[in-house]
Amino acid sequence: MAGPNRADFWNSMMKIDRRIIFLFIFVAISVPMFLQIQLKIPTSPEVESLVATLDKLPDGARVLVSLDYDPGSEPELQPMAETFFGYALKRKFKVIVIGLWPQGPIQAERAKPIAETQAGRQFEYGIDYVNLGYQAGNELVIQRMGSSIPQTFPVDYFGKPITEFPIMQGVTNFSNIDYVFNLSAGYPGTVEWVLFAVDRFNIVLGAGNTAVQAPQVYPYLGKQLKGILGGMKGGAEFEILTGLPGRAVKYMTGQTFAHTIIVLFIIIANIAYFTTRKKEQGGLS
Amino acid sequence: MKREIPMIIAGTVGIVLIIQYFIPAEPFGTLNDVFSDWFSIIQASAIWLGALNLIKVSGDKIYRRHKDWPYAAIIIVSFLVMVIIGFFFSGGRRFLDPGTPFSQMYDYVYSPLTAMMFALLAFFVASASYRAFRARTREATVLLLAAFFVMLGRVPLGDMLTGWLPRWLHMSEVASWIMNIPNIAGQRAIMIGIALGTVSTSLRLILGIERSYLGGE
Amino acid sequence: MKHSRLSFILISILFLSPLSGQPPPDSGNPPPLVRPAEEIRAFDTPNDAGNSITITWKRSPDDIADQGRFDGYDILRGRSPDGPFELVLSVPGGGNENNPLYKTCLDNNTEDGTEYYYAVDAKAFGTTTRAVSRMPAKSSQQWFNTDLVNMLIAVIFLSAAILYYIAGAKSGKKLYIRKIAGLEAVDEAVGRATEMGRKIFFVPGTQDMDNVQTIAGLTILGRVAKVAAEYEAKIDVPVSRSLVMVTAREVVKEAYYNAGRPDSYSDDMVYYLTDDQFGYAAGIDGLVVRQKPATIFYQGAFYAESLILAETGNSIGAIQIAGTAMASQLPFFVAACDYTLIGEELFAASAYLSHEPKLLGSLKGQDLGKLAIILALVVGLIIQLSGAYDFASIFSVSAGGE
Repeated sequence: MAGPNRADFWNSMMKIDRRIIFLFIFVAISVPMFLQIQLKIPTSPEVESLVATLDKLPDGARVLVSLDYDPGSEPELQPMAETFFGYALKRKFKVIVIGLWPQGPIQAERAKPIAETQAGRQFEYGIDYVNLGYQAGNELVIQRMGSSIPQTFPVDYFGKPITEFPIMQGVTNFSNIDYVFNLSAGYPGTVEWVLFAVDRFNIVLGAGNTAVQAPQVYPYLGKQLKGILGGMKGGAEFEILTGLPGRAVKYMTGQTFAHTIIVLFIIIANIAYFTTRKKEQGGLS
Repeated sequence: MKREIPMIIAGTVGIVLIIQYFIPAEPFGTLNDVFSDWFSIIQASAIWLGALNLIKVSGDKIYRRHKDWPYAAIIIVSFLVMVIIGFFFSGGRRFLDPGTPFSQMYDYVYSPLTAMMFALLAFFVASASYRAFRARTREATVLLLAAFFVMLGRVPLGDMLTGWLPRWLHMSEVASWIMNIPNIAGQRAIMIGIALGTVSTSLRLILGIERSYLGGE
Repeated sequence: MKHSRLSFILISILFLSPLSGQPPPDSGNPPPLVRPAEEIRAFDTPNDAGNSITITWKRSPDDIADQGRFDGYDILRGRSPDGPFELVLSVPGGGNENNPLYKTCLDNNTEDGTEYYYAVDAKAFGTTTRAVSRMPAKSSQQWFNTDLVNMLIAVIFLSAAILYYIAGAKSGKKLYIRKIAGLEAVDEAVGRATEMGRKIFFVPGTQDMDNVQTIAGLTILGRVAKVAAEYEAKIDVPVSRSLVMVTAREVVKEAYYNAGRPDSYSDDMVYYLTDDQFGYAAGIDGLVVRQKPATIFYQGAFYAESLILAETGNSIGAIQIAGTAMASQLPFFVAACDYTLIGEELFAASAYLSHEPKLLGSLKGQDLGKLAIILALVVGLIIQLSGAYDFASIFSVSAGGE
């Protein structure tokens, strides 16, 4: 009795319990973490453009890093922050950190030690690194920074006046910043940086976004946005192009397996759909 | 007058803020900043309304032994623990310094919980895709194929499967093309529609034609 | 022969030296004088609130030749062309993106009405050479931002179109509006909740009252609450912002009053959960799983929590009607919900549900705006492809200055 059993099977596949799908996804993501699988990750023009812009900066350039995300987006964006700090250490950039989200500056303090360990050298606080903390006001903070960064951030994350720090000497507004790097998970984020900083103050902007957020900023690529890191893959490509392999490259294995499982399930769902539809039509005729 | 006064305020402020957008000179140039600052102050002050309401509703559930009262108890206990530890046991203004009890709660409770909720998306995307990506119609088939190419193109497996083809047919290139061309075109079209809808709604609010947000027709 | 060979060698050395006429600084000779910036021009920064002067100059040939060895420029300011000058700011070498031979910077600390002369000191090889602007500059504020003329025209056109059709609608002319499935299903969805004896959940988004999507969502809440009151269905509105809670309470209370059921209203229908994005999502998920509402509305601005909410609602078999103008979240709602209002349909909902002529008239004005944009796209595409004119530049909105 192969016919009815097969029909039952495909019928049940149409209504499969979602927990079975969850289980497969869990296995697909977690098992590769314990395996040493190296995948070749091709790089995309968007990420190459961002790295090319960074490479053109002179050693010791002053860069502003705006971390606009919370721990929810940490798996995608934190590796980008770690890689950027590592690259900054390599190129001896002077890094000024701010946050338009309250958790942003905290994420910076968590990324910094990881980058320093990997680079084998540390930032000197106040000399080549300063964390100015969070400021409420969303896009208005960006606008105010265009007039005066010291007035927008009079003290750093730890409450010290910024006039004490050599890195802030001569920093008035965006005209004293060579490059802005924004990591964003939503609002306020890259779109606000484009609208209020690039369009008004002509800053050079590169961004990293979550995979969900990235399509929203693609329209700005090329003109206002000099490159984008989209999601985990963007982070992995960034690590490869800067020569600083980290977590994103490792996580790509899990993501690869997960995407493959999803695609397989979609194929199964469609086979089940067409099989049961054929059976119904066959039954009707 | 209960509805008229807010309407007049909304209309006046709306028109002033539209005009100020075009005038750089003081005081117009900074009006937007001033109003936004005031909104931030009101928004921050109003958080107490919400917090007190949360305590009240949760307290009510516990008092009446509502069937979900244990969850209400967890809400109140968590709220009080975070507030008390943050205000009184974490070094005052330096409560965010590494190593303080508040910072530890952030690192070991809040961060993992937030990351966990975000991680649910991975599972829900799978179940939603399984249910939604079926080739029922022509459009659904196009959507299915686009999802197929983008999902495989965004991971190395896609290029491994299509590496033998000319570069422009590699999955990553096709995925990039889908994201950069039809996706952006669609997003831009939707954004244009949204912008027009926003203008229309804002105009209706400013002119007092739309009054439902004040309560009533 | 000997002479010509010697001359050839001498000439080769001359032309092979890296900076013709500029011996390298470490050759034992005194350091060469850096060549000055040229064409120094200072003028009032256009389209600003004053206190700003723009200084632009042609880069020093040494900056253009070898930016890596160039130490940048000092910008100084004085009241007369002969000085004294005070240092205002220092900028690195390199040119403007749109015109690499020139460099521009702003002095944002000027006094309006005061004449200033600017000096630009080019620095390289341990030397400095000064060039001074010939004409003075005075800063002042402007009363109209000329860069925004195109925006002003667009605002006037769009507003005029909307107001024209609103005025026209008052005359009683019937206006056609296409069916929006999600809004047609509101009554059915509320009725389902009544029949099943289960609640309706209305989630007005995760943003505050300053977001127009939240206002649009609350407008729909008013309509849904009225239908719920009429059908005697229970409605819960968990919110993420305190101000939204206060407004939503007014909206729901008024809806119940208008439906003739003031006694059925209770303030506890609208309650606050948390401002935190994922805390809110977790709270709603818990409520949905425990209370199993028959109908869930998601109307407003959502971010990543959209799929978490919608899938949880789907798992309990609720009928879900979503509406948002967040383009990135629309695919998730479309995949997981029964009906989705896409973008501007959310803003049209109020007009659609009330059938009020003035509101419908505004939709028609909106459509005229869309028609104008479509025409501009078609015409612009043809013109741009022909290369006759940079049509796209008409629509650009940029900052002031050259």
